Amino acid sequence: MRDVAIIGIGSTKFGELWDMSFRDLGMQAGLSAVADAKLAAEDIDALYVGNMSAGRFIEQEHVAALIADYSGLARDHVPATRIEAAGASGGLAFREGYLAVASGMHDIVVVGGAEKMTDVADVMATEIQSSAADQQWEVVFGATLASLFAMIARRHMHEFGTTREQIAQVAVKNHRHGALNPIAQYQKEIDLATVLRAPPVAEPLGVFDCAPLSDGAAAVVLCAMDRARSYTSKPVRIAASAQASDTLALHSRTQITTFNATKVAAEKAFRQADRTPEQVQLAEVHDNFTIAEILAIEDLGLFPKGQGGRATMDGETALGGKVAVNTSGGLKARGFPFGATGVAQLVELVQQLRGEAGKRQVPDASLALAQNAGGTGATVVVSLLEVA
Amino acid sequence: MATARFWRDNPSRYNLKAVRCGNCGKVFFPPRAVCSVCHRKSIGKMECMSLKGEGELISFSVVHDAPSQFEIHKPYVVAIVRMDEGVMLTSQLIDVDPKEVRIGMRVRTTLRKVGEDGPAGVIYYGYKFAPVRA
Repeated sequence: MRDVAIIGIGSTKFGELWDMSFRDLGMQAGLSAVADAKLAAEDIDALYVGNMSAGRFIEQEHVAALIADYSGLARDHVPATRIEAAGASGGLAFREGYLAVASGMHDIVVVGGAEKMTDVADVMATEIQSSAADQQWEVVFGATLASLFAMIARRHMHEFGTTREQIAQVAVKNHRHGALNPIAQYQKEIDLATVLRAPPVAEPLGVFDCAPLSDGAAAVVLCAMDRARSYTSKPVRIAASAQASDTLALHSRTQITTFNATKVAAEKAFRQADRTPEQVQLAEVHDNFTIAEILAIEDLGLFPKGQGGRATMDGETALGGKVAVNTSGGLKARGFPFGATGVAQLVELVQQLRGEAGKRQVPDASLALAQNAGGTGATVVVSLLEVA
Repeated sequence: MATARFWRDNPSRYNLKAVRCGNCGKVFFPPRAVCSVCHRKSIGKMECMSLKGEGELISFSVVHDAPSQFEIHKPYVVAIVRMDEGVMLTSQLIDVDPKEVRIGMRVRTTLRKVGEDGPAGVIYYGYKFAPVRA
C-alpha cells in the first residue's frame, strides 16, 4: 500500500436546486475538483461515484457512466463505477477510490458523490430514505428512518440521562456553523426554543432534528502521494480509511444506543494512522438526525459513552471547543443529498486542512476525521486526513 | 409490495417462526441459515422454533411524518421490543394511549392488518404489539 493524497476538491451549492439536473450536479462538482487539481482529462485513470437511489429519485440507473459522459470523459473511456451504501455511498466511493490508488492500480482517481432528491414529492423522498432500513422487518410495519433514530434517542435519554435540550443543541450548533458556510443549504442560525417547539416528525424528534432533503454533488481528486506535489502545494494525506458493517435492522443488535460499526471502523482507522481520538481537532460526522451526532462523537471515542449530549450542550463540539464537529454545518445545515454527503465531508476537511475555510477555520488544523453512515449504521466509513 | 415478496415471510409474520442455534442457543428472528456467533459450526444446526410473543418494550416513537401507506393511521406508535427469548422485533404498538407508553412495559404480539396493495389489492397481516394488562 502506498500513500495517497487529496489534490483537488469541488462542490455544488447544496439545497433545493430546481434549475439543476442530476447530470448538471455531478458534472459541476467533478469539473471544479478537476480544475482545482489542475488536471487534464487524460490524467484521470478512473471515476467512482457515490449515489444512493437515482433509480427511484430520477428513474435513472447507470449513473457513473452518465456523469463520466457529461464530464467530457466519454472519449477517454475512463472506468466509471457507482457505489451504493445508502447514506454512506459517498464515503464508501471515496474508500474504493483510495484503495485503487493505494494498491498501485491507478495513479489519479476522481471520486464524486451526487444525489438529486427534489424531483420527487417530499413523502416519496422520505420513503426512499427509509429504504436504508430493513424493508421486510422494519419499514413494512410502519417504521421510518426518523422513527428508528427517535427510538435510539429515547433509549439514549433513558440509559444515560441525555436530555431533549442536549439533543436539540446539535441542531443549534450545526446551524451556527452552517451560517458560516457559503455552500450550505441553511445559512441561518436557530435557537433552542425553535428546535424544541418545531412540529414533531417522530417523537421525541421534530422537524429541526432531521437533516433536510437536498440536491447536491461533491468531488475530490485522489493522487499517489509521490506525484501529488506536481499538482498542488497543499496535498492532504489520507492517513486512514476504514469501513465496517452491522446488522441491517436496528433491532437485530444487542443494544440500540451504540453503533458498533462506527466503533470498529474508528478503531481500525486510528490503528492504521497510528493516531488516537484525543489528537483529532475537527470532525465531520453523520448527523442525519441530531441524535446521530451524539452517538457518533461517543462511538468514535471523541467523548465517553453517555457524555455526548453534555459535551454538546457545554460547547465542546462547537467551533472553538475541544473538537470542532461539523464545521460545515453538517448534514443538518449544509444539507443532505444522500450520495454526496460522504464526499462533501471530505471537501470540508480538506478546506480546513489547507487553511482555506474562511470564518469556519479551525486554527492550525492538522488532523481531521470523517464519519459517514448508512441507514441505522449498518455501513460506516471512518477516514482520517492530515496535512502532508 | 409484490404479493409473493410478502407471503414468503408469512410463517414468521403470522406465527413468529424463528430459529435457535443448536450450537450456542442464540435465537434469530426471522430465521437465518447461519448463526452470527458460531458461523460454520451452526450450519445445519439451526432449529425451528416459535417465539411465545411476549416481551419488554425497549424504546418507542410516536410517528407523525408517515409513509403514504400509513397516512390514515398517524399518529401511531412504533416500538422495539425485546422478546422473552432474547431477540428484538420492531412493529407498531396498538390499543394504548401514546401518553401511557413507557420503556420497560410488558407487551405481547397480536395478529393485525399491517398494510395493503392499494384500495383493491391484497391485504397483508402480521404482528403488532399491545400492552399486557394484568
